[in-house]
Amino acid sequence: MDIVALGIDVGSTTVKMVAINAAEEIVWDHLEAVDPRVEKQVDSFLNKLREETNSLAGIPLIATGYGRNLVHQAVKKVTEITCHAKGVYRQLGHGGTLVDIGGQDSKAIVIGDQGQVIDFAMNDKCAAGTGRFLENTAARMRVPISEMGAVALSATGEVTISSTCTVFAESEIISMLAHGVEVEPILLGLHRSLIKRVVAMVRSVGLVTPLLLSGGVVKNPAIRKVIEDEINEQVFLPEHPQLMGAYGAALLALNLPTS
Amino acid sequence: MGINDSLKYYWNVKVVGQPFLQWQRWQAERHPKIPSRWRTDILSPPLRIGARTKELISRHYLEGRYANGHRPVAWVTSGGPVEILQALGFYVLYPENHGAVCGVRRVVVDISTEAENAGYSTDICSYARTDIGSVLSGKTPVGRLPKPDLLLACTNICQTVLHWYRVLAKHFNVPLILIDTPFVYTEASDHALEYVKKQLENSIPVAEQVAGHTLDYRRLQEIIQLSKNAAELWLEIIGRGRHHPAPMSVFDQFIHMAPIVEMRGKQETVDFYAALLKELDENISKGIGAVRNERKRLLWDNLPIWYRLRYLAENLGEHGICVVASTYTNAWGELAPLMNKEKPLESMAKTYTYPILNQGTKYKLDTMKRMVEKFQLDGVILHSDRSCKPYSIGQIDQRNLLIQEYGIPALLLEADHDDPRAYAEEQVASRLASFVEMLES
Repeated sequence: MDIVALGIDVGSTTVKMVAINAAEEIVWDHLEAVDPRVEKQVDSFLNKLREETNSLAGIPLIATGYGRNLVHQAVKKVTEITCHAKGVYRQLGHGGTLVDIGGQDSKAIVIGDQGQVIDFAMNDKCAAGTGRFLENTAARMRVPISEMGAVALSATGEVTISSTCTVFAESEIISMLAHGVEVEPILLGLHRSLIKRVVAMVRSVGLVTPLLLSGGVVKNPAIRKVIEDEINEQVFLPEHPQLMGAYGAALLALNLPTS
Repeated sequence: MGINDSLKYYWNVKVVGQPFLQWQRWQAERHPKIPSRWRTDILSPPLRIGARTKELISRHYLEGRYANGHRPVAWVTSGGPVEILQALGFYVLYPENHGAVCGVRRVVVDISTEAENAGYSTDICSYARTDIGSVLSGKTPVGRLPKPDLLLACTNICQTVLHWYRVLAKHFNVPLILIDTPFVYTEASDHALEYVKKQLENSIPVAEQVAGHTLDYRRLQEIIQLSKNAAELWLEIIGRGRHHPAPMSVFDQFIHMAPIVEMRGKQETVDFYAALLKELDENISKGIGAVRNERKRLLWDNLPIWYRLRYLAENLGEHGICVVASTYTNAWGELAPLMNKEKPLESMAKTYTYPILNQGTKYKLDTMKRMVEKFQLDGVILHSDRSCKPYSIGQIDQRNLLIQEYGIPALLLEADHDDPRAYAEEQVASRLASFVEMLES
């Protein structure tokens, strides 16, 4: 492995790290659930990488994500907006409107022809429209998060979840389950409720096609399907949507001016 | 008015309080101190005028503390036509300014909870909640607020004041003067201005009755002239932001704007702003900017976030960003040319009908565009203020138009001017950092 730069994305749910070579390809990556002792966790990531490579001396690391300021091993901290845009643009080769649905927040980022960020919007101070919305309600319905999308897509009908608030949606779901409504149509309605919030955010920055997706939540197939339904556009995903923040950080690390 | 109260006023305000505040100011001017946690690596030392600002504001509230029984007291809205009351010798209190002081001192949650416990919804403006909470509990960081003998609400800033002041009128059982200013879509019609003028005329006998004497029109003219002079100086002061680096950031303006809001019509306010202008001109000639390494310049739209002024100044200053101008501080100067002491009531009717919040959202958009050009700015931060609906409505469209029509980067920042419970620092920091990176790319 000829590692030349590293990027780490400390999100609210998971920590992602990638290493890239001079051709800007991902040659190593690792993902774990986030540990509140971020610095220790980053050390363990670096140790894992050291086991597989010779030395990391002099290889720059850039941190991004909500916990970026806790990564003292990083030479620089950059926001997720810049990193996701950078990563996705490098992988897909074009601009557009990037939607990143993360565990704690969602973002719509308009990326220009040269990969620059032209505009962005983030969800407001509320868990609606984020991965946490699905996570909470999935737990309530006892459906593993990894199977949520498939279960939702197997639904033959759909019910409307009227509450956008995560907490109220939970009570609404309990009431539906108590009235004998099946899990599948509820789940599909739940995805639609989340996506409607996301689409409103996309509309607020003005949709510049094509629509691009990144973030851990888009691994869920129902998210992709419902977003295409709602926005009436085909969506494009990079190969590793969940790693795009860390990948973008590594790309920025690669281009850091040498001191 | 009682002799005991007057003696108490003279002793506490004139004999003890004012000389002490003056001495405190002299001390601060002679030995200027930089606050211990001031980031001198990012920001220039605070303006010297700060000592005087502190003296003026402290004296204002000290006078208020002992005003009852000595002078008539009026509570007014920030956009209220105050000159008539000043000419009649009223002590004038601005609950909104008091709310701002509570915000800066971070006591809003404690005080507004008193109003919320009495049934006032958290959806009501945090200034109103803070004021009502203060009235109900007596809590205030300024010692004691005087009880009003008269209330004056003008709808040129919002409709909340209409209900807020009715609550106050019922609570204190005092007369309420309501000045209703018709909304200006493009231009105020003659009959609209005549309607406002008539209301001003009708307010005079009510205020005279409370004051116990008649209005001296020559005094009113003098006060209008003083208001105009102070507002013109304020306009010049904020106009100095055209210089690179800007000698004053909006975070300084937010603090030093207190006299133009609550002490209009006074010679000392005119003197204060003349001194501030002089200090800025000195700093300009020495090349001293508010932000040490000014690289980018921004516009602020809407009210300040009172409880996080320093944080925002430092957070942005760290990246060499100075927020140079704001539509909010501009609002207190832009109407100065309309005042005319030769036509006191007519010109007051016009001045108080045309505030930015009483005009269409297109006017605000045009103002922002004009200010971006005038001050050579790189972007706009629009504070979406949960409490101030009239200021925040239309901001999403204004933001999009700034970006799409004029190519000006713009950020919407959600918060509340007074209530920190509607503010999420991590999210604000994240948005600001992303915006800064976007500006720098």
